[in-house]
Amino acid sequence: MSSTVNQINDLTQQEYKWGFITSIDEDRLPPGLNEEIVRAISLKKGEPEFMMEWRLKAYRYWAQLEQKQAEPKWANVKYPPIDYQALSYYSAPKQKKELKSLEEVDPEILDTYAKLGIPLHEQKLLAGVAVDAVFDSVSVATTFKAKLAEAGVIFCSFSEAVKNHPELVKKYLGSVVPVTDNFFAALNSAVFSDGSFVYVPKGVRCPMELSTYFRINAQNTGQFERTLIIADEGASVSYLEGCTAPIRDENQLHAAVVELIAHDNATIKYSTVQNWYPGDKEGKGGIYNFVTKRGKALGKNSKISWTQVETGSAITWKYPSCILQGDNSIGEFYSVALTNNYQQADTGTKMIHIGKNTKSTVVSKGISAGHGQNTYRGMVKILKGATGARNYTQCDSLLIGDKCGAHTFPYIEVKNASARMEHEASTSKIGEDQIFYLQQRGISKEEAVSMIINGFCKAVFKELPMEFAVEAQKLLSISLEGSVG
Amino acid sequence: MSLLEIKNLHASVNGNEILKGIDLTVNPGEVHSIMGPNGSGKSTLAQVLARRESYEVTAGSIMFDGKDLLEMKPEDAACEGLFMAFQYPVEIPGISNAYFLRAALNAVLKYRGQDEMDAIDFLPLLKEKMRLLEMDERFLNRPVNEGFSGGEKKRNEIVQMAVLEPKLAVLDETDSGLDIDALKIVAKGVNAMRNKNRAMVLVTHYQRLLDYIVPDFVHVLVNGRIVKSGGPELALELEEKGYSWTEAEPAGARR
Ligand SMILES: Nc1ncnc2c1ncn2[C@@H]1O[C@H](COP(=O)(O)OP(=O)(O)OP(=O)(O)O)[C@@H](O)[C@H]1O
Ligand SMILES: [Mg+2]
Repeated sequence: MSSTVNQINDLTQQEYKWGFITSIDEDRLPPGLNEEIVRAISLKKGEPEFMMEWRLKAYRYWAQLEQKQAEPKWANVKYPPIDYQALSYYSAPKQKKELKSLEEVDPEILDTYAKLGIPLHEQKLLAGVAVDAVFDSVSVATTFKAKLAEAGVIFCSFSEAVKNHPELVKKYLGSVVPVTDNFFAALNSAVFSDGSFVYVPKGVRCPMELSTYFRINAQNTGQFERTLIIADEGASVSYLEGCTAPIRDENQLHAAVVELIAHDNATIKYSTVQNWYPGDKEGKGGIYNFVTKRGKALGKNSKISWTQVETGSAITWKYPSCILQGDNSIGEFYSVALTNNYQQADTGTKMIHIGKNTKSTVVSKGISAGHGQNTYRGMVKILKGATGARNYTQCDSLLIGDKCGAHTFPYIEVKNASARMEHEASTSKIGEDQIFYLQQRGISKEEAVSMIINGFCKAVFKELPMEFAVEAQKLLSISLEGSVG
Repeated sequence: MSLLEIKNLHASVNGNEILKGIDLTVNPGEVHSIMGPNGSGKSTLAQVLARRESYEVTAGSIMFDGKDLLEMKPEDAACEGLFMAFQYPVEIPGISNAYFLRAALNAVLKYRGQDEMDAIDFLPLLKEKMRLLEMDERFLNRPVNEGFSGGEKKRNEIVQMAVLEPKLAVLDETDSGLDIDALKIVAKGVNAMRNKNRAMVLVTHYQRLLDYIVPDFVHVLVNGRIVKSGGPELALELEEKGYSWTEAEPAGARR
């Protein structure tokens, strides 16, 4: 027994494979944050007046929170105070002119994406994935535009959306996550430099998976992207984001905001495979991933589904949520969160039931290894008018070794007596007997562990688009490599 | 050459010596039965053979098919052709029986440098073995052992043995928990696998199993030692008299 426990504790961490640094010229603003910087970002991006005003409003709100030191402290994570004045809020690969095609993208950047295994070149996109790649803060290339345009789907960088579709941006930006929502959302609203924008018009099923890869490269910068997805009546879209970052000793801040809006009978499926640099074995470095994600199921029979596989980041603070406003609307949250070494994750969801007969499903799978700390924090709120609302929550934790932790904080608030709530929770240790059983059938220990974990996560993986499910499984095995003897 | 040769085996769990000098030789084609009181070390012997790490071998040697078994990791022993049917089969949630068994077979094939099997070739093979054990096809897609009844789990162990076709099968109380019909089905499955190259070690408490699978040799394990060995008639004698009389006699492991 003891030898296995020792081996389980013997965390020899697999090297982070995405940790290289790309040397390119960057255009960056000096560190620090004030109204001037916010204006400068807006000017650099050639934004219309309303955007600058919106940013300034967000900045002023944030600054006053920062004055009061009102950064959220309630999450079950520990980190030294962040010096927001030491960060640079804008860094972009230097480009001489506007890009017209992929050929004009800096080959160094394309090379980076190639190393990341992202199918950026058109020919590789036959797989049917349209990719928007955000490098540091700027969207570098959006592929597959033509085919999408044919269907009437707008998929572009946020900056382009501000230029070409200001009316849509004006109408929807901040309509789900207002600038005053929380400290990090306010910060993002003030300084975000790019991100992705999707609009699927009435009755259109988006003809392909949409996908964005985020990459932090520059040093001492924060990355603040903004994603806005709108599915108009009867429209549907599936969107996937992936993230990586180079290995750096100092922590880097990533504070993104994602807003989803689904009108009547519309469906949005949003999947994340988050693999930001998690820090080293001793917990040095890594990304602080402080993200606000929220979807509004605005119309009747609309549906918003979040699926996330979170294996990276030193700290994850993230609660993709659904506001179920339309009658019969559906919200889903499927999550795998893995913490190894000294990673900390405080993640979960909020399901706010407003409309009648609204339904939500929450399936959370937390895996802790090494000294990892994994917290599920979820809220289900049934408002007065939400007659016939239903929620199912299942929340399982798996522990590998005996130095890690799993915590569960479910909050439930029911104001309508007709609500039906189901909650299941479990905590288990990965069993030496399970590993041995598989080994006795010829399967190696590493494979046995990855098989057991994939089995544990199955209910979530089956929600991912096929090709990404495979990727997610691999990622999980790599992130755990060496954590079990 | 013998298939399994255990000499003076001593093994401990958590510092307690459980096996206190076991000698046992098994030749290809033979079926040996090991009987003995609860806690005497039968499962411990099986686990040691399967190379479970928590069971520490403190003295002695085990040769398996001419190789030093004690040098092998559990998966290597399995790939070399050693199979153990568990007394308490383990549940693996979220992994289907079919997926798991194909992964296992492919691991073994790969180890032996043979071509791995794809799902299309594997499925008919698995279905055939399940028919042999009269197991319903719905067990193909059910997670490994999860929610199986005690008897279903035991039967599933034998299905696995039939797929993996080991050189040596160690069946740890495969009969306990089986109803009469299931016992016959399992015995039929096991007998179908008996051949001149394959050996079996059956750990059991009951003569009943040995009515269906007639062993060549019976050994009595008491307090970590084999205290008596004989032919099938020894099992009948034990059934009648219990174990207490065997301990008085000098230990004599056969062959
Ligand atoms: N992991 C363990 N930790 C502590 N003691 C153990 C462990 N495994 C086995 N033992 C002890 O070793 C002894 C032999 O156990 P074993 O399971 O081999 O007996 P057995 O002959 O198979 O009994 P049964 O007929 O009840 O299955 C028992 O006293 C048991 O408690
Ligand atoms: Mg036993």
